[in-house]
Amino acid sequence: MKYSIFSLAKAALSGHKGWTRAWRDPAPKNHYDVVIIGGGGHGLATAYFLAREYGIRNVAVLEKGWIGSGNAGRNTTIIRSNYGLPGNTGFYELSMKLWERMEQDLNYNAMVSQRGIINLYHSDAQRDAFARRGNTMRINGIDAELLDAAQIRKELPFLNYDSARFPIMGGLAQRRAGTARHDAVVWGYARAADQRGVDIIQNCEVTGFTRINGRISGVETTRGTISAGKVGMAVAGNTSRVAAMAGMKLPIESHVLQAFVSEAIKPLIPGVITFGAGHFYISQSDKGGLVFGGDLDGYNSYAQRGNMPVVEDVCEGGMAVMPMIGRVRMLRQWGGIMDMSMDGTPIIDKTPIDGLYLNAGWCYGGFKATPASGLAFAHLLARDEPHSEAALFRLDRFRRGAMIDEKGQGAQPNLH
Amino acid sequence: MRIACPFCGERESGEFTYLGDASPKRPNFAVDSVAGPEPAEDAFYDYVYLRDNVAGVMREYWYHGGGCRSWLIAERNTVTHEFGSVTAAPGAGATKLAQAGE
Repeated sequence: MKYSIFSLAKAALSGHKGWTRAWRDPAPKNHYDVVIIGGGGHGLATAYFLAREYGIRNVAVLEKGWIGSGNAGRNTTIIRSNYGLPGNTGFYELSMKLWERMEQDLNYNAMVSQRGIINLYHSDAQRDAFARRGNTMRINGIDAELLDAAQIRKELPFLNYDSARFPIMGGLAQRRAGTARHDAVVWGYARAADQRGVDIIQNCEVTGFTRINGRISGVETTRGTISAGKVGMAVAGNTSRVAAMAGMKLPIESHVLQAFVSEAIKPLIPGVITFGAGHFYISQSDKGGLVFGGDLDGYNSYAQRGNMPVVEDVCEGGMAVMPMIGRVRMLRQWGGIMDMSMDGTPIIDKTPIDGLYLNAGWCYGGFKATPASGLAFAHLLARDEPHSEAALFRLDRFRRGAMIDEKGQGAQPNLH
Repeated sequence: MRIACPFCGERESGEFTYLGDASPKRPNFAVDSVAGPEPAEDAFYDYVYLRDNVAGVMREYWYHGGGCRSWLIAERNTVTHEFGSVTAAPGAGATKLAQAGE
């Protein structure tokens, strides 16, 4: 069923009874050319691009719970491509371009809204760093705009400009950045992949790998053994656990990141705002809730819930930059498990084990990367060589000293 | 989370700073490099970058910066956030004092 204004009107006139399910619920087959572990945004996007771009349609996506139940449904939905380092700059811009045509490609309303992001700066040094980042972006053909305090005040009059400690001196804007509806992204990719023959198998947890002469030949699951030509892992948050089943130890730690949403209020914040003197970022969902977050809790965790000190820290950041936030009530708060790599940058690469491919280490930047991650991982799975825009996201870069450390923190995952 | 500091008693986790898994041991370059530069490099690569990333009970370093400023080793379940034993890290000044009976 093709979605359009006509299908919507037709369904509306018939009491919305004509909608069919958006993807099938198949039983796992005995064999697939490619099995992707993890039915989040990245896994489903990978399956979609395998089928659409590389003609590999005998593909299964295995999900231990329901699709989108992990970080795909827990993030703060921001999309942007304002990165400064080679490797990241081009990759995230590729992702941004894919976001811009995603809804037409998928025939699905993912509510992609390019409402812009403004990263505030609060000191001369930070302005210089942002000017440099903005220039890097513009050299690479990405839109960036350095604004001074007066320009920001016109757009965002409600911020705390005259804070003695953290005065707002300006900001770096990327107008093409914005937000997208995270669940719709998952559903859109699931539907589009399913239409191209991909089997999406939910409630199917991988419990081990099968091997023939050292090569991965398939996976053992709670729904039986499935043989596979190639197996791709897209299980950010639990990468170490799945890799351990194959005997691998990775440069990754799992950490909890909390996110928050307030009660719904009338339109207030036009785009995404980040506070440069602490770690706080905020946007407003189309439902009206203020969606915000900050730092990792800072300790290893698989618990999908955090603790009070970071709740306090995030709220302090909010009060510092936007004091009127103190008048809204917090509605919900939750946690997701981040795949924190040792340099803060993802990994899309073959593993040392034949037939096993890795898509991991997304830290807390995985959502915006969803389309490009899917395309690059599909390319790697189909061609056995890295996609040109993901060529630096290699697993061996830590041993070679070729880290991509955007924040400059070194091998300390909880600080990235 | 609340952490039972052996010196200060139970305190909220915001007083503490986390370092991470206490199991990786820094290689001894003088010893490991005897076998050649490659094994020493491997040992350092493992120490600096690779992690078991335990799902379950992990021994980890915490620093009580908001209290006694001791380095501690805590056993904590990374799936439930439940703490087990919390002891002074070996080599920390407080341990030496305790051993000297002061």
